[in-house]
Amino acid sequence: MRYLPLTGDDRQQMLDKVGVASVDELFRDVPSGDLNPRIDLPRHKSEIDVERTLSRMAAKNTAAGSVPFFVGAGAYKHHVPATVDHIIQRGEFLTAYTPYQPEIAQGTLQYIFEFQTQVAQLTGMDVANASMYDGSTATAEAVMMARRVTRKKRALLAGGLHPHYRAVVETTTQFTDDEIVAFKAQPADPHTELQAIIDSIDDSTSCVVVQNPTIAGHVMDLAPLAEAAHAKKALLIVVVTEVMSLGLVKSPGEMGADIVVGEGQSIGNGLNFGGPYVGLFATKQKYVRQMPGRLCGETIDADGNRGFVLTLSTREQHIRREKATSNICTNSSLCSLAFTIHMTLLGEKGLRAIAKVNHHKTQQLKAAMQATKGVEVLNDTFFNEITIRLPKDATEVVDALANQGILAGVPMARLMPDAGVDDLLIMAATETVTEQDIQALADAVKEQVQ
Amino acid sequence: MSMNNQGRPSSAVGGGSSDAFETFSGHKGLRLAEPLIYEIGNHETTGVDVEEPSDFTSSLGALERDGEIGCAGLSEPDAVRHYTRLSRLNYGIDMGVFPLGSCTMKHNPRLNEKMARLPGIGDIHPLQPQSTVQGALELMQELSHWLMTLTGMPAVALSPKAGAHGELCGVMAIRKALEARGDAREVILCPESAHGTNPATAAFCGYKVKSIPGKENGRVNLEALKDALDDTVAAVMITNPNTCGLFENEVRDIADAVHSAGAFFYCDGANFNAIMGKVRPGDLGVDAMHFNLHKTFSTPHGGGGPGSGPVVFSDALKAHVPLPYVVKTSDGAMELKEWPTSDGADPTLGRLTAFHGQMGMYVRALSYMLSHGGDGLKQASEDAVLSANYILAALQDVMTASFDGPCMHEALFDDRFLKDTGVTTLDFAKAMIDEGYHPMTMYFPLVVHGAMLVEPTESESKYNLDQFITSMRGLAGEAAAGKTDRFAGAPYLAPRKRLDETQAARKPVLRYRAPEETP
Repeated sequence: MRYLPLTGDDRQQMLDKVGVASVDELFRDVPSGDLNPRIDLPRHKSEIDVERTLSRMAAKNTAAGSVPFFVGAGAYKHHVPATVDHIIQRGEFLTAYTPYQPEIAQGTLQYIFEFQTQVAQLTGMDVANASMYDGSTATAEAVMMARRVTRKKRALLAGGLHPHYRAVVETTTQFTDDEIVAFKAQPADPHTELQAIIDSIDDSTSCVVVQNPTIAGHVMDLAPLAEAAHAKKALLIVVVTEVMSLGLVKSPGEMGADIVVGEGQSIGNGLNFGGPYVGLFATKQKYVRQMPGRLCGETIDADGNRGFVLTLSTREQHIRREKATSNICTNSSLCSLAFTIHMTLLGEKGLRAIAKVNHHKTQQLKAAMQATKGVEVLNDTFFNEITIRLPKDATEVVDALANQGILAGVPMARLMPDAGVDDLLIMAATETVTEQDIQALADAVKEQVQ
Repeated sequence: MSMNNQGRPSSAVGGGSSDAFETFSGHKGLRLAEPLIYEIGNHETTGVDVEEPSDFTSSLGALERDGEIGCAGLSEPDAVRHYTRLSRLNYGIDMGVFPLGSCTMKHNPRLNEKMARLPGIGDIHPLQPQSTVQGALELMQELSHWLMTLTGMPAVALSPKAGAHGELCGVMAIRKALEARGDAREVILCPESAHGTNPATAAFCGYKVKSIPGKENGRVNLEALKDALDDTVAAVMITNPNTCGLFENEVRDIADAVHSAGAFFYCDGANFNAIMGKVRPGDLGVDAMHFNLHKTFSTPHGGGGPGSGPVVFSDALKAHVPLPYVVKTSDGAMELKEWPTSDGADPTLGRLTAFHGQMGMYVRALSYMLSHGGDGLKQASEDAVLSANYILAALQDVMTASFDGPCMHEALFDDRFLKDTGVTTLDFAKAMIDEGYHPMTMYFPLVVHGAMLVEPTESESKYNLDQFITSMRGLAGEAAAGKTDRFAGAPYLAPRKRLDETQAARKPVLRYRAPEETP
């Protein structure tokens, strides 16, 4: 077996040194009837055979890059420069462990420090952590952090929050006495949606969780919400599922956010059928000791040279055990490296430019949909995603277009099955979309709604 | 000094002393000093070509971002160089023995990376129509089949994002099951030797944590466990093989005691690498167990993630698996169940993450499993256990093994052999860096003094093991001989000397700020 270096001779010599006759003597603590069960699994395979098996499965899927592609709703198809994937596969990054031995992990630690800086800058916050599993789990952690900060337990979740994120918050807090109030999504009327939550903030509110742009794609001014939350000593948690929007849209920090969480997949990371992704978590300096997750900080070594270490670990489970701020024991490190490299390649100039291209493509998409008789576009504002109302069931349209080789978007009903939104379709247009793609989509939609 | 094949004396020299003189550049030969991107890049430079639209209009509702963001850009050549230079400051499995106990730092096959990048795997969206991702769902089904078969358990939840997330999933399922019978209970028992995530997870689910003591032989004290079990106990969380590297030989009795108290048996599967194909947790009475795909099934640790922590469940818990999961319909199609039934009676514990979990890790793990086959996985566990015992046998006369008898896939030593030498476990670990090794896990588990937990995995050749043993014996000898110089300031030959963690924590600097920026 190609991954196992020991030869039969080696094994015999090692058994001799250990002083046992067979390897099973080393398993003497296993109840004897339970040792070496019959296990019905195929025998080992060559590299060619494994490749054949998995390629056969892969071939049954429609790759995003092979068709006109408008699917978004929390995960986005962006172009990732070839450099990114090359560097993250260097063994020194790929096969390193968590940098608990900082003298031989400065590579990891320095990119984490760069990542934390980039995330803080993008979100308009003071500090960011070394990343979380993904945007949804980061959101749940933010709600729990708000509780620690405010010592209040009523969290309000805006209707424009991604329904998967809402579900994750509800699941994660189901055995605490937190009170989670989820507001109804009003995809056609985002201002009413926002006002409803403003009106509900009271003295018991720990935090308000709002997504920008919303699940329907609306870009919202959150300053009034921040003001209302702060007036009741509640925290404003802003969720960003399309991090590329921060190259064009005013940052959550500028709008008054106390905690910003988000999904960083759009920068540096592929779609990967939903994971692994990279959760972003940023906040104000004054709350840093209540933050979950790993943090990297600057220091010096015994020679006085600058270096980096994981720090403030007294918040974490391996020190604090049941009193930790979170049970998390991972950052999505390699994905955060991909994020950092892509951000470094973009720089401020490239980020602003690519964000503009996204917005521009979506302008074109919106115009094409508006020109389609029977289709209504719900958005006055948007970044790279809009929601349209169709004169028929959106899932039917999406399925029909998929059969024609066009992936048109996400039926909102897939995210909110019982919300009476069967006619709504969420569509994203990134820099990977061409004018021909938009034309093909528009023609196909037109045919469906006629 | 060995001789090379031309008969000249030769030996590989790593690093060497580079402090002969100060250089003008700050670099020291191949040890290149590398600034932060903010010190070498600027706001104007970019490493991508993006054509800005000429007829750009904005629909942002007057919420344009005006001010400077502050991001530094590098050209492509400089970006490649920057991150390549950083990479060279790291140690990875690809570079040498990585005996980090409890972490299973085994070889990460590159075939797995290639498979994860197939367009039909890496470039599919989680919310595409299910008809366009049937192969992906089939892959998830196949992985589930392997995990259930290896454990003898009837159900699996794939979506947890990491081991600790898997623990959360398992304990939530336990709580759901208890609540379903109107019996939420209050307490979770964890042995003293448990990973920190175990008590943290229990607290997360609203449980009080009670610690149960260990026995002289490094196992759970069954009598103490029985004494602690009553009708307030929801579950026991036990790692098996345990964090001392030992198999819990009374595991069946533990399971029986737990079940007769009406509680559940959660097994932390961090150490599953010792028992693949050798013993099935389902046969031992386990109710839930998470895997770490990044340990046992070779998905890369990546410098601290991403992980993946699927959980297998017993019949008693399987109704409560989280969403989403894949089911095979009567016509043979794969269907992803994403939401609970609308009547509110669905027993699922809910959704733990957006989308469907770590697909990129599923494919790598499955690629690893298919490569090994059932026979190869069993051989891998046997080799991992044999290698750990070989190290134990080769070192126990110069280091102090904490417990008698064979170990499983990791060998635990403590610092008794360093007593009165002035060398600590930390010093010893740092001296290993100068030997070209990543240190073993130190000061964990907490149940022995100055713990050193050595896990070689099955990936090391006998040559590598012997080299490692030579270094460890050498270091132990130096410590015993009172030659403490090489320990006191170690590492001397790494990219950095020891780092000041106290200063880092006292006044944390967690991001770059330009000199003119005052926070």
